[in-house]
Amino acid sequence: MTNEISTPVERVDARAKTDGTARYLADMTFEGMLYAKAVRSERARAKIINVEVPRLPKGYYYIDASDIPSEGKNKIEIIKDDWPVFADREVRFIGDTIALIVGPDRGELNRLCREVKVEYEDLSPALTLDEAEELKGGPIHGHDNAFADYHLKKGEPEEAFKRADRIIEDVVSTGYQEHIYMEPQAVVVQPQKGGKLNVYFSGQCPFYVRHAVAATLGVEEGEVRVQQAVTGGAFGGKEHYPDVVSTSLAVAAHKTGRPVGYFFDRVEDISYTVKRHPSRTSFRTALDERGNVLAMDIDLKLNAGAYESCSMVVLQRSIFSVNSVYDIPNVKVRGRAFATNNVPSDAFRGFGAPQGLYAMEVHMSHLARALGLSELDFKRRYLLKKGGVTISNGHVHEEVKLPEMIERIDRMSGYRRKIEEFKPGGWRGIGFSMVNHGSGFTGSGEQDIIRAVVKIKKRADGYVELFASNVEMGQGPLTTFPKIAAAVLGIPVDKVIYNNPDTDLVPDSGPTVASRTIAIVGYLVQEAAKKLKARWNESGEPVVEQHYAPPSYLRWDQEKLEGDAYPSYGWGIKVIEVEVDPLTYEVETKGIWAVHDVGVAIDEQVVEGQVDGGIIQGLGWGSLEKLEVKDGRFLQRTMADYTIPTSMDFPKIESALVDNPYEYGPFGAKGAGELVFEGAAEAFTSAVQMAIDRDMQRIPVTPEYIMEVYENG
Amino acid sequence: MAEITFSVNGKSRTIDTNPLRRLLDVLREDLGLTGVKEGCAEGECGACSVLKDGLLVNTCMVPIGICEGSEILTPEGLRETDRGKAIIDAYAETGAVQCGFCTPGMMMASEALLDKNPQPTEAEVREALSGNLCRCTGYDMIIEGVLKAAEGGKGLW
Repeated sequence: MTNEISTPVERVDARAKTDGTARYLADMTFEGMLYAKAVRSERARAKIINVEVPRLPKGYYYIDASDIPSEGKNKIEIIKDDWPVFADREVRFIGDTIALIVGPDRGELNRLCREVKVEYEDLSPALTLDEAEELKGGPIHGHDNAFADYHLKKGEPEEAFKRADRIIEDVVSTGYQEHIYMEPQAVVVQPQKGGKLNVYFSGQCPFYVRHAVAATLGVEEGEVRVQQAVTGGAFGGKEHYPDVVSTSLAVAAHKTGRPVGYFFDRVEDISYTVKRHPSRTSFRTALDERGNVLAMDIDLKLNAGAYESCSMVVLQRSIFSVNSVYDIPNVKVRGRAFATNNVPSDAFRGFGAPQGLYAMEVHMSHLARALGLSELDFKRRYLLKKGGVTISNGHVHEEVKLPEMIERIDRMSGYRRKIEEFKPGGWRGIGFSMVNHGSGFTGSGEQDIIRAVVKIKKRADGYVELFASNVEMGQGPLTTFPKIAAAVLGIPVDKVIYNNPDTDLVPDSGPTVASRTIAIVGYLVQEAAKKLKARWNESGEPVVEQHYAPPSYLRWDQEKLEGDAYPSYGWGIKVIEVEVDPLTYEVETKGIWAVHDVGVAIDEQVVEGQVDGGIIQGLGWGSLEKLEVKDGRFLQRTMADYTIPTSMDFPKIESALVDNPYEYGPFGAKGAGELVFEGAAEAFTSAVQMAIDRDMQRIPVTPEYIMEVYENG
Repeated sequence: MAEITFSVNGKSRTIDTNPLRRLLDVLREDLGLTGVKEGCAEGECGACSVLKDGLLVNTCMVPIGICEGSEILTPEGLRETDRGKAIIDAYAETGAVQCGFCTPGMMMASEALLDKNPQPTEAEVREALSGNLCRCTGYDMIIEGVLKAAEGGKGLW
């Protein structure tokens, strides 16, 4: 890399976080604060007949739907508002919040919550995709349990299927994944004199919280002030879930007039907060006599859980990603997100794309194996190119550097040589995956819904201050935003200040999601800094605002879901080498290699940190992290039985970046945070398939699953 | 209730408390040492790591009653030492820190390792940190940080 901007600088938050001076929400003190604990549904699906509340000691309060002010509403405005603040007539999943008990002592709260007696009339829960589709127990949502049902069509799939020499059918599934941000969910709501509410939270989207709290209480958004505390990881798990916590807490703070805090313990966090959507994708692929793909018919289903929250948007990303980096000429896609009586599924790094990408990559590997072709050679036939047509009938507007990246990763990993050396079924395998990830909101979301604004100010004391709502959750913007502005202005990085956002002080530059922080908001920072530079010699404290405008080439029809689903894409290739133990079926990962195109890195070290962390999280999803549901309850509820990767599980990662500046990204940068996760599980699966010479159909690829596949032939 | 005398970061402390309370709560709530984080409350994640008489422990699993006469070193104490500073410098240089919630515990685990083994191999560092979970970094840069601290802090351990 030759870009000056990419040279690493020390992260501004590194030292305070290491030495323990950084204050997370649980490290702060709030005078007179009460704690909250939820009374949760013990049933997956039931009507509430009666709730018997125990006599509460002095200083303890019971808060339920009847405490919501009459101007407000018992709904959480996430994207849809079907999730109630307090379940009052029915419960839809084990963990649904029925009420809060608040008071000074946390041990006492646990005891009081157990003493609340809820009388239920049980209904028959639908827990699996099949049960949801069969409408077990009657529909949970609408008439067909589909929160969303989308169709895409590219080319002439019906015609192409008529020309097929053979049709290959395949089903690929992915499981739940729990975020395991190291800091559990935490929110404090503090009433102010004059009626205003301050909300302090660990999370990604201050303006989402402000919007949800204001809507629940029925007050103007300006009556709610939201401040982000130092956040100990999020990964999507703190995109919408803080709305769920803060709305009920706001009702409690409103009723008691006291600050009320909710600090989840780990068991509660794993058991009841949102997860990655499980998925099942069915393919019918038409091949001609030479083994070329003529067409695909794809049916993708997501298990969305009890409430819709944002599942329709997750589903959009799933279906737009379900051809991965390939230009398949004729494709038909149906995507559905089903309501079930499980904990709601929601955002998790990749936001639906990992499920679509995984299904397609693994299906492509199955096709190559069925045709007796090299996976790489087979996949190469279909690579998207600049100007190529995407699955939503949009175009790729940037140069696709995958051919160059393939050669690069081959040199790094010895992929082609090892493919020859390791014979299929020889207990050694090397797997290969390619993925892309669109930066920013899907379709016209950035210009129609978000309309990001950033502000930059030259202060009288010689510092420059940035105002935006994008948060530091580990991924670096406290360092990278100032770096962008400083580079434009030609001043040292430490002369630019960027603080954790406070909705009373910053404009809404949108949520910290969708790989948009650098690609979209970072670009606004750059453009604002350019304008400020032009006004550098003005007296006083010049302030510049920058508003989002889409690139002129973007074309999108939200009704038809047609056009350019994303303005730009990050691209990635991963190679993983494994050895499978022929006795225990345990997998030892021998090597991990990755090459990414993120445009230009704003900071190579920050990007490498994303690459390393994303790959290991992806390998967790693909190989270790098993979350099973029995009778509507997760079987894994602690970090001892839901295991994430440790420092011993995987070897050092070797990664590289290719340069591919993007015109509308700051210094050419595109998004990176989700792309890096994607493809790791795919390459792992592909490697295991080679090692045991069998097709794998689902993740996690655990030793038990390998044994099952191997021993059943 | 019981009176317990122990040393925290070189300072003698006597507290009168329920001996079954977790060391974690005593450090955070009674002594305000919030560099010790609660991540899982079951001894799995290592965010609450401190050194107790030179050994790495998860304070969520230690009742205060067994700390009579113990010497406890928390991130707040370690950061004031040359060893702590060497680890902090190395972490900052190698990009070991992302969300930071595991990081004070990682620093304690690094100190526990380097105290016994001042020039560890990569494999030894991986093993020494395996009780401290991180969800952000994939560990590589933390491991590099420990190796860098060992190199930059030669003679300190």
